[in-house]
Amino acid sequence: MLLDLNWRVMGESLPLFQTGFISTLSISLAAFVGAITLGVLACVMSLQSSRWLRAPAVVYIDAIRATPLLAQLYFLYFGLPLLGVTMPEIAVGVLALSLNSGAYVSEIIRSGIMGIPLGQMEASASAGLSYSQQMRLVILPQALRPMVSPLIGQAIVLVKDSSLLSLISVLELTRAGQTLSSDRFMPVEGMVATVIGYLAIYYSLKLTAAAWNRLSVSPSSL
Amino acid sequence: MNLVLEQLMDMLQFYPVLLKGMGMTLAISLIGIVVGGLAGFLLGIGRASRIQPLSFAIGVYTDIFRGTPVLVQLFAVFFLLPEVGIELDSFAAGAITLTNIAACFISEIVASGIRAVPRGQLEAAASAGLTRFQQMRLIVLPQATRMVIPSLVGQFVLLVKDSSVVSAIGLLDLTRSGWILVQSIPNGLLAFALIGLGYFAICYPMLYLSRRLEKR
Repeated sequence: MLLDLNWRVMGESLPLFQTGFISTLSISLAAFVGAITLGVLACVMSLQSSRWLRAPAVVYIDAIRATPLLAQLYFLYFGLPLLGVTMPEIAVGVLALSLNSGAYVSEIIRSGIMGIPLGQMEASASAGLSYSQQMRLVILPQALRPMVSPLIGQAIVLVKDSSLLSLISVLELTRAGQTLSSDRFMPVEGMVATVIGYLAIYYSLKLTAAAWNRLSVSPSSL
Repeated sequence: MNLVLEQLMDMLQFYPVLLKGMGMTLAISLIGIVVGGLAGFLLGIGRASRIQPLSFAIGVYTDIFRGTPVLVQLFAVFFLLPEVGIELDSFAAGAITLTNIAACFISEIVASGIRAVPRGQLEAAASAGLTRFQQMRLIVLPQATRMVIPSLVGQFVLLVKDSSVVSAIGLLDLTRSGWILVQSIPNGLLAFALIGLGYFAICYPMLYLSRRLEKR
């Protein structure tokens, strides 16, 4: 089947796929930055003792985790104009992806912090460190290391999730494949190019995570 | 405010569509969970086995699906299989896609569970005279299953949520019923909040269960 591919058409649509590939990468990167920001914020709020700070964070995290991204995307896509907010599809998409991934990032950060034994906090408190010093000097340096691999995992999910933006007509990798299928009637070629693009990103991230895990298990082998 | 209330009432008039969508989401997710779960266990046993080529082949297969978006896979099944003479209706295409992706993710979860069972247990079982099949069935799988149950439930939640992509090929699931609402009553916030509530009712109990199991 692979040999039957129309390589000429694939070559001609290379610029289209380049655009789609770069678009998928930039959307994912922008949304990942947004997700880290929201995730840190939600995590900090969810760890507070005040109920008024904790409740909104918990509602946000649970509401996102218990509903599909596609429903969240449509909620914003059809809903924002009602509130008088009009923005381009791509911005709606990045916002939906950030909100969605932010909830998962917050859980990753939270379990990283929870993984540090309570005794360390108590020990540093009795050594006279303030709360922010305890966090900054003792807890976070240790907690960051085990967060890296799940965060890369979340980045992989984010890249794949960004394909849903094709449904609100954002030109990215999935949409580029569909364009080839609808404009030139080459569904197989479009699909193959799309899949190659996603797998390239997937394997790069997966290998990065694996390399990180090897390094952080045995830092002496550096 | 009055208008919103009126719109909500209008939307609730659509309850047959909403119920139908909910039913479809439940049905197609359940197929994925049951069939994909069984296939995932078999693939996972193969993935964790000492037969290198088998483990490698399963690893490559599952990686291809774990590395690409469900939406792309759904389009491939729905639009490409007809090219090779396999015509599928949208329900079959959706069910196949979700079952396959569930099997791929569950396979890795099960394999990691099997690998976590200490080797000494196998050696002990072998010296007690158990065959390879008995070792798997009586010693390894029960322990592996217990270890991976929280991740499995978490995976089931992901599957229910992933099932929303079938709306893109015209299947009337919960997400699609939101579309239908929006077309008649122009309030996207309300319509998709309602749809979100439907998913929440299915997913939240599962999430809660998975969290409880993880704590144990």
